[in-house]
Amino acid sequence: MSEASVIDDEFVAAIRRDMLKFAQLQLRDAALAEDAVQEALTAALCGARQFAGRAALKTWVFSILRHKIVDLIRQQCRTTNISALGDDEAGLDEAFDTLFKQNAHWRPEARPGDWGNPEEALRESRFWDVFEICLNHLPENTARVFMMREFLEFDTAEVCSELAISVSNCNVILYRARNGLRRCLETSWFAPGEKPC
Amino acid sequence: MLRCKEATHLLSEGQDRKLGAGEQLQLRLHLAMCSGCRNFRAQMDFLRAACRGFPGRGEADKERGAK
Repeated sequence: MSEASVIDDEFVAAIRRDMLKFAQLQLRDAALAEDAVQEALTAALCGARQFAGRAALKTWVFSILRHKIVDLIRQQCRTTNISALGDDEAGLDEAFDTLFKQNAHWRPEARPGDWGNPEEALRESRFWDVFEICLNHLPENTARVFMMREFLEFDTAEVCSELAISVSNCNVILYRARNGLRRCLETSWFAPGEKPC
Repeated sequence: MLRCKEATHLLSEGQDRKLGAGEQLQLRLHLAMCSGCRNFRAQMDFLRAACRGFPGRGEADKERGAK
């Protein structure tokens, strides 16, 4: 195919799938995600803007979608207390505490392992399935803060002010999220000798 | 002397802010002796890379450098 500037139905369907996944991971609400994606797509495709190809269109719809997601998150956090420690969160924190000995050094069996060249995993589609499952497995509020930081790429100060939480709280939540993800990947993907099938 | 638990907190925060000179020094000394925390650091870097590389994100993301 020549310069990939053909915006056909198939291409829109593919973008839509990507957008839905992106929105759903962050909003954890299928209907809300569906609406956000629909609005973003409509806004992008009905606009008078001209696109120099597919990549430009994709970038544009995703930037609209990002804004929509942020708006929805703002609304959601008016009704939920992000910093409240739920059972899930407390459970995760307790689980991490057991990784350390009394003296706050790693228990030998809980020491983080060497993942070798983990970047190779990024090229495997099965890895992304596992990654998504691990993200979805994080407690909701923990995931929300993490996704805002890593997927929407807000800096920590912005995350704090958007969600009305303190910096130290933000740090605690991000730590919890990273530890949770890392342990999930360690057992589900990087565990030595457990990938025969 | 930094303990592993404190080191992991600093390594996580290091993803979000520039650590102070004192923190960096303590961390470096700790990492020089602790393979578990070195692996933890590599895992933190990998998580960032994985989030940035998540399939389907707008193309622009890949050009945007880490903050």
